[in-house]
Amino acid sequence: MKKVIMGNHALSYGAMLSRAQVIAAYPITPQTQVVELLSEMCANGILDAKFIKVESEHSAMAACLGASMAGARTFTATSAQGLALMHEMLHWASGGRMPVVMGDINRAMAPGWSIWTDQIDSLSQRDTGWIQFYCSSNQEVLDTVIQAYKVSEKLMIPSMVILDAFALSHTYEVVEIPEQEKVDAYLPPFNPPYRLTPADPHAFGGLTSPDHYMELRYKLQKDMEKVPALVEETGREYEKMFGRYLGQVDDYLCDGAELVFVTSGTAGLTARVVVDELRAQGVKAGNLRIKLFRPFPFEQVRSILSRVPKVAVLDRNISYGHHGVFYQEVKSAMYGLPSEPAIFGFIAGLGGRDITRETYKEIADYALKHDRPEEEIVWIGVKK
Amino acid sequence: MSKKKDDKRIIFNSEQEMPLVAMSLGSMLYNKTGAWRNIKPVIDLSKCIKCGICWKFCPDTSIDIVDEWPVVNYDYCKGCGVCAEECPEKCIVMVEEEK
Amino acid sequence: MSKERKMTITLPREELMSSGHLACQGCGATLAMRYALKALGQKTILCIPACCWSVIDGPFPHSSLDVPIYHCAFETAASSASGVRAGLDMVGDKETTVMAWAGDGGTFDIGIQALSGAAERNEDFIYACYDNEAYMNTGIQRSSATPIGAWTTTTPVKHYKKERKKDIIGIMAAHDIPYIATASIAYPEDMVKKFKKAKDIHGTRFIHIYAPCPTGWKSRPDDTVKLARLAVQTGYFPLYEVENGEKWTLNLKIKERKPITEYLKLQGRFRHLKQDEIDLIQAEVDNNYQKILKKCGL
Repeated sequence: MKKVIMGNHALSYGAMLSRAQVIAAYPITPQTQVVELLSEMCANGILDAKFIKVESEHSAMAACLGASMAGARTFTATSAQGLALMHEMLHWASGGRMPVVMGDINRAMAPGWSIWTDQIDSLSQRDTGWIQFYCSSNQEVLDTVIQAYKVSEKLMIPSMVILDAFALSHTYEVVEIPEQEKVDAYLPPFNPPYRLTPADPHAFGGLTSPDHYMELRYKLQKDMEKVPALVEETGREYEKMFGRYLGQVDDYLCDGAELVFVTSGTAGLTARVVVDELRAQGVKAGNLRIKLFRPFPFEQVRSILSRVPKVAVLDRNISYGHHGVFYQEVKSAMYGLPSEPAIFGFIAGLGGRDITRETYKEIADYALKHDRPEEEIVWIGVKK
Repeated sequence: MSKKKDDKRIIFNSEQEMPLVAMSLGSMLYNKTGAWRNIKPVIDLSKCIKCGICWKFCPDTSIDIVDEWPVVNYDYCKGCGVCAEECPEKCIVMVEEEK
Repeated sequence: MSKERKMTITLPREELMSSGHLACQGCGATLAMRYALKALGQKTILCIPACCWSVIDGPFPHSSLDVPIYHCAFETAASSASGVRAGLDMVGDKETTVMAWAGDGGTFDIGIQALSGAAERNEDFIYACYDNEAYMNTGIQRSSATPIGAWTTTTPVKHYKKERKKDIIGIMAAHDIPYIATASIAYPEDMVKKFKKAKDIHGTRFIHIYAPCPTGWKSRPDDTVKLARLAVQTGYFPLYEVENGEKWTLNLKIKERKPITEYLKLQGRFRHLKQDEIDLIQAEVDNNYQKILKKCGL
């Protein structure tokens, strides 16, 4: 059934179809519609779930983790300050191997207050051991929530489904809402290997000495390394059942390109439009939209970019004292390979400033003009 | 999990033997806390009135009731002296541990 | 005569806490746990935030309790318990009791937001705070539960704590939760009775347990139960219940309260107090006790 819905509601539908059983959430702009619709769905009996109206995001994640330990499928959503407030609990989720799925609306961090899109909130959490999916359309958001549960619960690693504030969260698009029965066939009920139950009592998360901690973390990393293959597998399965493939990256005309944009989020789809325009002008452009960011899709990124002479990475974020995060990660992924493209890094769109076709034209001009980057960081659109 | 009888220390030889998360797989009975004490309680059963108070107030569950008498479990007794202090008949005396 | 007689047992027999745990000698917190679990039984799940019991239970991969434990982040006892309850309900377990088991630090200070939030929502779990009046697990730093006059590592003798102990019962009563009680490890029958009563009530139940700490109070380990008794007998820590935020019931009326010096002199953390300071403390204790009596209609 097709519906015209906003990105936030795509998250809600995803959680509903995935039969989330416990939702604990705290409102924050621009996430509020996610939880409002879920609240309504619970009230109307469309979704059989407990909705805990917690008093902060930290409590939201804490409650989700408690519910997950009790054996329930859990969901929450947040943004920026809320995600930052949850930081301690994000580590808890991955270390405790609780497969929570969370929607994050990419929003700039304060001060000053900004409700507009920026990737720094979720990227600040890239080390917390969560799987991260960066989505570019409402359809992708809904589908990815369902896939995320499948991947997360198989490996017992939490996932974040990420979308741009306003540019996607509040943008209405046509979305195919899958049928519940088909989703049930794709995503079985949550069946964790262990849970809190008096019938089989264990103490979870107790004092762990240096003799043991490292092995537990080793296990987490090893399981993270299985994610890309599992995303492929579950993505192909989704394609068979629902007609839409959900992969790690979106390769648009990268084969034989002279310049490839590396992008993410809604800016990743704007890039496709620019690629078409450039191609019409005779420039062999391509776009590599990264969807799975954690774990980093090394294989696919290396395979696609090693055949290209120039790469222009667009970051809607910056790690102060270093560079844009996608740039850092792409550069390090490509290091030491026999054919290393010239990698250019661009910062644009911070705090919700628009990323337009002109942004990309500027990026393309710079990259095509220079053999190698002359400045480490190229800022697009800053009034200097 | 605990079922009281297992008092073996669990050792893992590889990460494959370890569970996915930090979770308990055995009891604390392997930890013979009796080694902590310097003084130990000795109960004079001839004065004991079976009031149950020593059993009741032991923070280490180290006084068992055996055939309706209180018996100190010296494997675990930490020698805190609460039993001696609380005994209404003063039939528990704390004595120095032999070296 | 003694040969045939049975031992007098005034508490449930079953032990859900085994020996071998890592508590200090004479630890009040372990007695609190022992009694609470005797009352609630094995069908209980504990949410234990950072506190002494995070360590007392024993290191991975061992545990000294025969019930499931979710070790949770410091400030999340109440939020974790809210989640556990919701999760259990959704997987079809409505029987198991959920209990948040936290120290005074995780209750009065860092955990108070989550506690207030859960109480406001009347979440269905028992919140038990075992109060040893400081952050003992991290080495005796002051909390808002530390009483006036006490030495701690962050309230050294020259700057001993001048602020009053936070009135946690008043705070919880203001949330109108169905059941609040105070308990002392020196009165285990009373504590067991209260936990059993709490078990059968739905909604947020808060039990404040007085649990002396010889290490932090600089008292003798063998005085632990005595101190918990004196706390009650001096009127410093009265035993009472509050139902639905408005019905206050005194459980143990003390005819002649013992002077507070009897309680203070057994603890090194009060050793520096001069007579006029002790008099002030006595006045505080008298004042608070009268306030409680009044609320209880006495």
